[in-house]
Amino acid sequence: MKKYKEKYPDKNGKFGIYGGKFVPETLMPAITELEEAFNRFWINNEGNFREEFYALLRDYVGRPTPLYYAERFSEELGCKVYLKREDLAHLGAHKINNALGQALLAKKMGKKRVIAETGAGQHGVATAAACAKLGLECIVYMGAKDVERQKLNVFRMELMGAKVIPVFGGSQTLKDAVNEALRDWTTNVRTTYYLLGSALGPHPYPMMVREFQRVIGKEIKEQILEKEGRLPDVIVACVGGGSNAIGAFYEFLDDDVELYAVEAGGKGVETGMHGASLCAGEVGVLHGSKIYVKEDEFGQIEESYSISAGLDYPGVGPELSFLKDEGRINAVYITDDEALEAFQLLCRLEGILPALESSHALAYAVKLADKLDKDDIMVINLSGRGDKDVHTVAKALGREI
Amino acid sequence: MKLKEKFDELKNKNEKAFIAFYVGGDPNLDVSEKALEVICKHADIVEIGIPFSDPVADGLTIQKADVRALSRGMNPIKALELAKKLNEKFPNVPKVFLTYYNIIFKMGEENFVKKCKNVGISGIIVPDLPIEEAESLLSYCEKYGVDLIFLVAPTTPDERLKKILEKCRGFVYVVSRTGITGEREKLSEETEDLIRRVKKYSKVPVCVGFGISKKEHVEEITKFADGAIVGSAIVKIVEKHLDENGNIKDENKFLNDLEEFVRTLKEGTKAKKIKTQVKN
Repeated sequence: MKKYKEKYPDKNGKFGIYGGKFVPETLMPAITELEEAFNRFWINNEGNFREEFYALLRDYVGRPTPLYYAERFSEELGCKVYLKREDLAHLGAHKINNALGQALLAKKMGKKRVIAETGAGQHGVATAAACAKLGLECIVYMGAKDVERQKLNVFRMELMGAKVIPVFGGSQTLKDAVNEALRDWTTNVRTTYYLLGSALGPHPYPMMVREFQRVIGKEIKEQILEKEGRLPDVIVACVGGGSNAIGAFYEFLDDDVELYAVEAGGKGVETGMHGASLCAGEVGVLHGSKIYVKEDEFGQIEESYSISAGLDYPGVGPELSFLKDEGRINAVYITDDEALEAFQLLCRLEGILPALESSHALAYAVKLADKLDKDDIMVINLSGRGDKDVHTVAKALGREI
Repeated sequence: MKLKEKFDELKNKNEKAFIAFYVGGDPNLDVSEKALEVICKHADIVEIGIPFSDPVADGLTIQKADVRALSRGMNPIKALELAKKLNEKFPNVPKVFLTYYNIIFKMGEENFVKKCKNVGISGIIVPDLPIEEAESLLSYCEKYGVDLIFLVAPTTPDERLKKILEKCRGFVYVVSRTGITGEREKLSEETEDLIRRVKKYSKVPVCVGFGISKKEHVEEITKFADGAIVGSAIVKIVEKHLDENGNIKDENKFLNDLEEFVRTLKEGTKAKKIKTQVKN
């Protein structure tokens, strides 16, 4: 796949058949405006936007995050394992990269009101922080069920001045929060910036979020070359909507590196209770773009399920959908139980509490290690930290805390 | 009946179009059929919603109706059968489908349009399909003679408006204000300007929806526009007659209420005619 980066997305915002702009007419001018602003500030670097963004990443987020050689985990797996420590980024997840990028763009565009949707709350917290930092009004939509599941993050958002609005429609999870955010945007389109949380939605969002998350892969490349003098053999990342995965993968698309996208297998793909859209979904249109979705025979979007709220979404962004079809990435899945096991394993061996999302990547790495030699290099994108998940994990393990 | 024929007929009668929306299958297939029959007796054009799990262009009222219908097993195949039955009973009331793009994509664009043609559907409205993504659906609509109706919004700039109106068939659906479907007390002031702006470029009749919930609104809108579209306010009547299990409490009462409401709304489109007659 030569010169992938120059080809996609095309001028219509498509990755092959994926992507596009499937949104109500009311939003079309806003999307055009966003596209123009992104071109001006990011592509053409007007007002040194990029320098400002990278300065924020360095001084506010604490980048570069370490690429950590996990010695004991490596011994266990029988190959060289490096963890990209996005859990050490400000607020404990990769989400802050994108939130800051878009909030900065919103500010440059003169928008004063920012809306966002959140599932696990990580994106909501990151958006609330970015808005606080840049002096923007922040409203976060969150499924009522998730508000209940993620009380701590709701409180964190409120402390940072965001208004959290629970969504009672539909399944009361992330998908419905996105619907509600889109409705708000449609109503207040002239004054409001919609800060989307993953590499999803209508063009230019998937491209924009990927650009803001691309720093993860850039750093991996520099760091691994410095430490090992060569590229890794394998990169593993978990996939909900897909922002940490595309962020980690993008710099390697034209290289000879195997890429694994690990989805939420939930209670097992055969049970229907999962979030594995790439592995078990079909091509459909949801939330503004053509992607792999979990749907029924008539095209009704089905509810997803995962122990990890961040992977509980019934679709995967257009670029990863395309890369799957092209055979450039391997789409695989991990069940709740396997993720829980990997969660504990990393805690025990390395003293690191991974997010349940990231635990899916870790669990697949354990499986994959059987095929690797001891000198093979594997990078796992540790997308976030697991402090937010300890209650869920305790409950799943039958412990009271 | 073709949409064009209906608008010509209305013009001859010096009336404007009253377009009524109802979600197929709400709260169940049987009741929705009876409700749509009542609507067909008064409305000039009927919009049948094929429910979708994630209707982002609609407000909570219609989303709830979609959920009710879906939970009772409504699907696009049943919607097509429903349209067919209605068409046999009311061949002179054009019927259009309103649904989201994934429903059409899943069935296959050509297959969907062909089926629409076969059951007598005159037009299709897809709120999440902007012209940029509509090329292939447009070509099938042309092939089978089904009108693809586009929406325009107050945020749509003139250049874009022209492009949309070039492609639009049957009528153009003017979204009266930014936002989602749902009732409002007052109609937006920008609506009148918007209608004038659309009329300037449109070769098809200009119909206005979003926020129209009473006869006075219909009267006001049809002073400028060729038709008024009422959705949420009709769906609200279903809501009012539901018991705690989601069934209609008293079917006759519901259908009477519904009939009274749509009859009154239709009156709103004749106001002009009365005025003209008085003058004469």
